[in-house]
Amino acid sequence: MRVAVDIPSYVRCRHVCGASLAASRCYKFGRLVKEVSDEELFASGHRGCAGCGCTIAMRLALKVAGRNVIVTHATGCMEVISSPYPETAWRVPWIHVAFENSAAVASGVEAALKALGKRHVKVIAFGGDGGTVDIGFQALSGALERGHDFVYICYDNEAYMNTGIQRSGATPYGAATTTSPPGRESFGNRTFKKDMPRIVAAHGIPYVATASVAFPLDYMEKVRKALETEGPAYVHVHASCTPGWGIPSEKSIEVARLAVDSGMWILYELENGRGRVTYKPPEKRPVKEYLRMQKRFRHLTDEHIEVLQRYVDERWDEVFGEDEE
Amino acid sequence: MPHRDVMHGSRAVAEAVRLCDVKVVAAYPITPQTHIVEDIAEMVANGELDAEYIMVESEHSAMSACIGASATGARSFTATASQGLALMHEVLWIASGLRLPIVMVNANRALSAPINIWNDQSDSIAERDSGWIQIYVETAQEALDSVIQAYRIAEDAEVLLPAMVCMDGFVLTHTVEPVEVPDREQVREYLPELRMPHTLDPENPVTMGSLGDPNYYMECRKQQELAMERALEVARRADEEFRRVFGRGYGVVEEYNMEDAEVVLVTMGSVAGTIKDTIDMLGDESVGLLRLRLFRPFPKEAVRRALANAKVVNVIEKDVSIGMGEGALMTELKSVLYGSDIKVLGTVAGLGGRDITTEHIRQAVERAQRALRGERVDEVAWAGLKEEAV
Repeated sequence: MRVAVDIPSYVRCRHVCGASLAASRCYKFGRLVKEVSDEELFASGHRGCAGCGCTIAMRLALKVAGRNVIVTHATGCMEVISSPYPETAWRVPWIHVAFENSAAVASGVEAALKALGKRHVKVIAFGGDGGTVDIGFQALSGALERGHDFVYICYDNEAYMNTGIQRSGATPYGAATTTSPPGRESFGNRTFKKDMPRIVAAHGIPYVATASVAFPLDYMEKVRKALETEGPAYVHVHASCTPGWGIPSEKSIEVARLAVDSGMWILYELENGRGRVTYKPPEKRPVKEYLRMQKRFRHLTDEHIEVLQRYVDERWDEVFGEDEE
Repeated sequence: MPHRDVMHGSRAVAEAVRLCDVKVVAAYPITPQTHIVEDIAEMVANGELDAEYIMVESEHSAMSACIGASATGARSFTATASQGLALMHEVLWIASGLRLPIVMVNANRALSAPINIWNDQSDSIAERDSGWIQIYVETAQEALDSVIQAYRIAEDAEVLLPAMVCMDGFVLTHTVEPVEVPDREQVREYLPELRMPHTLDPENPVTMGSLGDPNYYMECRKQQELAMERALEVARRADEEFRRVFGRGYGVVEEYNMEDAEVVLVTMGSVAGTIKDTIDMLGDESVGLLRLRLFRPFPKEAVRRALANAKVVNVIEKDVSIGMGEGALMTELKSVLYGSDIKVLGTVAGLGGRDITTEHIRQAVERAQRALRGERVDEVAWAGLKEEAV
C-alpha cells in the first residue's frame, strides 16, 4: 500500500538510532507504515480549529483502523465539529449518543456484532478527557471490566473545551480554566491531573497506552496494537487545544512535543501488565519552558512552577530511572 | 405447539423475549424487575435463547448498550423500574430520537423519596413525553403478548420507535397466573426478522446522532410525532393480526360493561381487574370501565368513541402530578374530552403500593354517581389516604 501523505517517507528516527532511514524499513514502525491506509476516513472540511490536536488524533486513528470499523463517540468538541447535520466528516459508520456513555454504546455495538456474526468488524469508542475521566468514568470502567473487544481512545486536551474551557479531572496543576481562574485567593487549578491510564490498567485489561499527537508514529503504532488486541484496549492520547491552552495554531505540535520532552506527559504502554516506555526524551527540558508557551500557565509564580517541576521529577525518576534503554 | 403453564408475570416476559429471538439483552437489576432478567439469564445460560447478555453497570448503560446494539441492527431488550427508568431518562429521548425499535419492560414502581419498592405508575408516566410507545397491561398473559406485539409495532417501517411495556410491579411481576405460551414458529410468522433502513455497517457507512441545529431540530421532532400517530393504526392492526394468529387480542382500549354505562371508571394496568370485580359485584348496568392499554400514542378517537354515552368519568390512576393536584391521565382525558359535556373526576390511588380495594372502587363509583345527580363532589380524591397523618 502507498505510504500516506501525512507520513514523510523519511523520518528521523529519534527512538532508536537518530539516523535517517526509509520509514518502511524502520524496525519499529515499518509494518505500520506499510499497512496504514492512505485514505482519509476522517474528512477535511470539518469545523475544528486550525491547529487542533484532537482532530489529528481522530484522523490518525482511522488511518490505522481502515474502513472496517464502527465508531462510537461521546459528546464533546470532536462530536460537534465533525457532525453538524447535514454534513459529516466520518467516512466510517459513526454514532454519537450522549456525553457519558461512549463506552456503554460501544459495548452494545460489540455485542450486536457478535450476535450477528460480524466479529471481523472493529469497534472504537472516542471520548474527551471530561467524557472519560469524569462523567464517562463509570460506563468506561464497566465496559473494560466486562471484557468487550473494543478500543477506547481518550483524547485529552485537559479541560472541558467544548463548553468553554472548564476544569476537568484531567486538568493539570496550576492551569487557568474558566472554572479554576487565578485570582487573589487562587493560583488556578489546585489539583494534579488524574492518572487515568493507571486507573484503567488496574482493570487488568490486555493493552493500555499513553500517546501524544506530537508523536504520530508512536500513537498510530499503539492504536494498531490496541486494535489487534483481543479484548478491551485503552489509548490515552494527549492532544493540544489552541484556544484552551492559549497557544498559536502553528505551535500546537511544538507544545505537545514539549509536554513529552519535559516529562509533563510520558509515553508508555502496558501489554498484559508489562510496562515499557516507548520514548525517552533525549534531553529533559525544564517544565518552565513548556509552561511559558501557554497562556493557561502564564500567571504561575516560580513557587508554583517549582511544585510542578518536583512533581514531574518524581515521575521522571520513577519511570526513566528503571528504564534500560 | 402453544402450551399452558402457571408462571410469574416476570417469567411470562422472559418467555416472550425468548420467543422473539432477541439478539442483545442489557440488564441491570432493580426490584421488582429482577426476575425478568434472571429468567432471561437462565435461558441464555441453558442455550434456550441465543443472545448476547450484557451485565451492564447501570440502567443508563443498559439503555446506552441497547441503543448501540439496535443501531447495529440487532433486536434488543432491557427491563427496568422506577429509579432505573429515571436514570435512563436522558437516553430514553435519544433512543426515540434516533428512531431505534428497542423494547423495554418497565415493572412499575414508585419513585423515591421516600424510597419505596412497591407499585405505582409515576415512573413510566413521568416519561410520557420521551417519544416511547407505552403499553400498560392487566395480566401476565397480556404482558407476554404485549412484548411480542411491541416488537411488531416498534419495528414497523412506518413507525421505528422504541416501545415500553408497563406492568405493575409485584402485582403482575411476582404473581403466578395461568399463561399460554405461544408456539415459536407462530411467533416467527407474526414477527419477521428485524430489517432496519439504516444500521451501523462498514459496507454502507452512516452518521447517527448528528448535531441538529435550529434549522433541523423541529423537523426531527415533527417526524417523531408523525411516526407516533402512525403507530396508533399500526398497533391496532398488530393486535388484530395477533388475534388472528394466536386467538386472543386486547384492542388499544378495552371496554367492560360499557353498553349502557353513564358512569365510567377509566384506568390503566392491573387495577382494572379489581374494578371489573367491583362492577360485577355492583351488578349495575350504568357503571362501566374503560381501560387504556395504549397511553402513547394516546388513542384519542377510541376514547371519545367509547365515552360517547358517558355522563361522568372517574379516572383511577396510580400517579399524581405534584402541583397540578391530579394525575396525568385525568389531565389528558379532560383535554381529549374538551368541548363535551362529560364531567371528569379523578382518584389518586395506590401510590407507593397502597392497596386499592373494592371498597375504594365503590367509593369512586359513588362519588361519580353523586356528581351525576348534580351534587357537588370533590373533583379529585385520594383513595385510602390517612387524613390524620397528612
